[in-house]
Amino acid sequence: MGVAKYIKNEKDAIKEVIYQSGITVKPAYGPEDLERAGFSYEKDLGAPGEYPFTRSIHPQSYRSRAWTTRQYTGFGTPEETNERFRLMIANGQNGLNVAFDLPTQMGYDSDHPLAEGEVGRVGMAIDSLRDFEAAFKGIPLDRIGSGLTINAVATIMMAMYQAVAEKFGYSKNQISTTPQNDILKEMIGRGAWIFPVEHGVRLVGDSIEYAVKELPKSNPVSICGYHIRESGATPAQEIAYAFEIAKAYIENVTQRGIKPEDFVGRFSFNLNVYGNLWEQIAKFRAARKLWAKMLKEEYGVKDNKNLFLRGLFGGGGSGLTKEQPENNIMRGAYYALGAALSGAQTTALCSFDEAYTIPTPRSALLSLRTLEILMDEVGLRDTVDPLAGSYFVETLTLEMEKKILEEMKEVEKWGGMVKSISNGFVQRKVSRQAYEFEKGLQSGEYRKVGVVPVSEKGTDKDPGTEAAAVELHEYNEAWAEKSKANLKELRRTRNDKDVAETLKGLEKAAKTSENVMPHLVKCCHAYATVGEMAGVFRQVFGEWKEPDFY
Amino acid sequence: METKQKIRILIAKPGLDGHDKGAKVVALALRDAGMEVIYSGLHQTLDQIIQSATQESVDVIGLSIMSGAHLPICQKLMAMMREKGLVHAKLTVGGVIPHQDIPKLKEIGVAAVFPGGTSFEDIINGINNLFE
Amino acid sequence: MLDIKDILAGNQNAGARMIRLVEDRDPLAHTLLKALYPHAGHAFIIGITGSPGVGKSSLIDGLITEFRRLDKRVAVIACDPSSPVSGGAILGDRLRMQRHAADENVFIRSMASRGQKGGLSRAAKDAALVLDAMGYPIIIIETAGAGQTEVDVADMAHSVGIVTIPGAGDGIQAIKAGILETGDVFIVNKSDRPDSEAAVFELNMMLGLRPPSKDGWKPVVLQTQALDGTGVKELARVFLSHFDFLRQEGRLEKKQIKIESRYFQSLVRDLALEKIMAGLETSKGFQEALKKIRLREIDPVTAAESVMDNIRVLNNDTKYHC
Repeated sequence: MGVAKYIKNEKDAIKEVIYQSGITVKPAYGPEDLERAGFSYEKDLGAPGEYPFTRSIHPQSYRSRAWTTRQYTGFGTPEETNERFRLMIANGQNGLNVAFDLPTQMGYDSDHPLAEGEVGRVGMAIDSLRDFEAAFKGIPLDRIGSGLTINAVATIMMAMYQAVAEKFGYSKNQISTTPQNDILKEMIGRGAWIFPVEHGVRLVGDSIEYAVKELPKSNPVSICGYHIRESGATPAQEIAYAFEIAKAYIENVTQRGIKPEDFVGRFSFNLNVYGNLWEQIAKFRAARKLWAKMLKEEYGVKDNKNLFLRGLFGGGGSGLTKEQPENNIMRGAYYALGAALSGAQTTALCSFDEAYTIPTPRSALLSLRTLEILMDEVGLRDTVDPLAGSYFVETLTLEMEKKILEEMKEVEKWGGMVKSISNGFVQRKVSRQAYEFEKGLQSGEYRKVGVVPVSEKGTDKDPGTEAAAVELHEYNEAWAEKSKANLKELRRTRNDKDVAETLKGLEKAAKTSENVMPHLVKCCHAYATVGEMAGVFRQVFGEWKEPDFY
Repeated sequence: METKQKIRILIAKPGLDGHDKGAKVVALALRDAGMEVIYSGLHQTLDQIIQSATQESVDVIGLSIMSGAHLPICQKLMAMMREKGLVHAKLTVGGVIPHQDIPKLKEIGVAAVFPGGTSFEDIINGINNLFE
Repeated sequence: MLDIKDILAGNQNAGARMIRLVEDRDPLAHTLLKALYPHAGHAFIIGITGSPGVGKSSLIDGLITEFRRLDKRVAVIACDPSSPVSGGAILGDRLRMQRHAADENVFIRSMASRGQKGGLSRAAKDAALVLDAMGYPIIIIETAGAGQTEVDVADMAHSVGIVTIPGAGDGIQAIKAGILETGDVFIVNKSDRPDSEAAVFELNMMLGLRPPSKDGWKPVVLQTQALDGTGVKELARVFLSHFDFLRQEGRLEKKQIKIESRYFQSLVRDLALEKIMAGLETSKGFQEALKKIRLREIDPVTAAESVMDNIRVLNNDTKYHC
């Protein structure tokens, strides 16, 4: 996906170019295009760092500070993860990004039947505060912030993070946590959801409200267009759906009497970067402008700092191929170029082998070098938003803006994101698109280098290269054994009365509109397990029943 | 209209992994190839899969596994199929499957393996060929 | 080999395979169905119909939970249309009910229409017979109503529930083609929508105009919100009370007789048509008439008349063609 549709004649001349978002591209652009579009520098762009921030949220951008890059950690046991954390901090990293295993993400303890074969596999296994104590031992939580890739049970993990900080003598005012905490995107494109839509949103609202009141240095939500795009959405839809998701959360929190001004500044975005270069750049620029406009005009947000669209523009696993894997090195470089030209605050590149294996240290290093070369040699730090003023890029940005608004309007016609997801409208659209694109790729309607259409297989057009061999995440049975043993020990030594009492308090809050966070913190301190806390929610909220997708 | 022998297939997502794009896309392709597709949804236990497959009298159980746990899952499921008398259904698996695991899967009794990237045509033919 | 004893004992594997034979029009199905027939007739059959997207599957999911709470075993036949282009189908109603997939006391069977006109195929009716013989006390048949289907459901269900949503103009639509007359319970789902009350009012008004039903049942209008379960307990109660109502004063027998004689008639019609067309379409007179139409030598009405005037009884074997 992400590739434009090219209609060529028999001489390979391109007759038509249609971007995935639905925009047609002309052979050449000139000043008349800007005039026709009613382009105005003040209205449509603004200076870098000035409303509507199309060019950049900072006046100097990379001139003052190069972009940052992230590296995820966490697998196996909390102890092993702690070692890795310490190593990274010693190497100069000033923020941690934590991955959790699937049972933890899904609110199950390591000894739950469904956890079999998954404990510690794709991230750290966390069953209780004791595991957090092991994972964050010796980490200066007042100086190091932690991004937590957790969604359905983000409230539990945030509470546990506060609890472990308090255990180590820090105050909640000092710590910085950034849970991903975007349940709606899970329901569209990542699948790690538990509770029905409204309850999922309620929990996000609780965490935002709590962060506003009690966790001043934390950023409670990272809205992910990324996964929605991986599932089949177009670039315009990626932004549109991300914004509609943001609206759903904003609405939930404002209903509690909290002004958007007080919390939207802490939202960040996780957006995808693969595919046609120009389409991505236009998308990010249009997104910055639309986000600022939306917050200002619809939600009355005044302070400029709260209007920034802060984003990680990166990844793009869907763009990579298993065939001719070295091509992915080049793809990565071009995606990084796109992110740099778009003014990303942070980026994370897929490693070239990520389509079929866990990144090796070598491939991870290549990604790092890709970014360094861009910044140090190729000149991406030289000036802010270098493409501004281009007849093509500015026209395209305006057209992308229109497309995004169109897609948003459709969601609003469906009744907003919560209703759209409950009824399956978004999922249906995205699945169909993924199917159509895949068909197109297999038939040759869309072309990706190295991918041979079915009709050409075995002919002289087929280079005959074998796809790279797939290698999997290791699974170490010992992790499960250790976690289960720890759980047994925990249950033996903790105070059952405290656990029961705090869980009861949690249940009461869940059943009413009382914020669950303070109760979760109490539960964590009493060493209630993730499974027990999520179990209370399962009991009160029930589990979501997916709608159809076709 | 004729009601010739249709292939009924259950596309199932066992375990906790939530990546369902592949399963959904294949389901659509199989429908367009004339098959009757029942999709199980995410987070299925093996009990749910077996009972669904039984009640729907499917010809094929098509597992979609992205987590790497295909060997233990297929082993367990084959045993359950035998236990519950589901001898008429064939088990296939698709997703993230290393090539070296394909012979092992066949040994367990899996009828066909479709690693990620297999074309729709090959999947459709692969399933049809199970019933020649 | 399929043993009828297994089906009667409620063996899911045997029952499902039997339904498969029925669905595939296997000649064996015929014989087995006849043998099962005397063992059926105990189930309460609920038909749930309505346009796509109104929430039928979610409602049924809630009904299953409710009936299970009352310790009753439940079977569901969920029908979806086959693609007219490919002949395939994605049978997705199960998705909304899948939390019951490990409950041994719930049997869910998805069926594709396979091009049968009127949506609800003979196969679904025969499947209900199998489930009845297996001993399920409650059988719910779900169809994606598309005009005629609602009437179809009345031919095989004891209690017909018609589901609509507010604001879709369904209130008016329900009057079409005898649908209003066939419904016993009218369900306005997604009742959180603002025009829900208006939809209920409209339905009640329309129902007030309909002639009273022969057996004395007064249609009920309910509001539900299937996604959070609002009104579903009520709905289950209404269906069960309808069943109680039918069991009094021989109403159920009368209904059953009507259903069966109608089924007999439609079966004969279908079989007769099949039998006649099997030979007719390939016969000389038919083909010649068709050729003449293509050459524009004759109009369709005259051509049909010529065929009918010359039709002769065939004496060939009866084969289930599918």
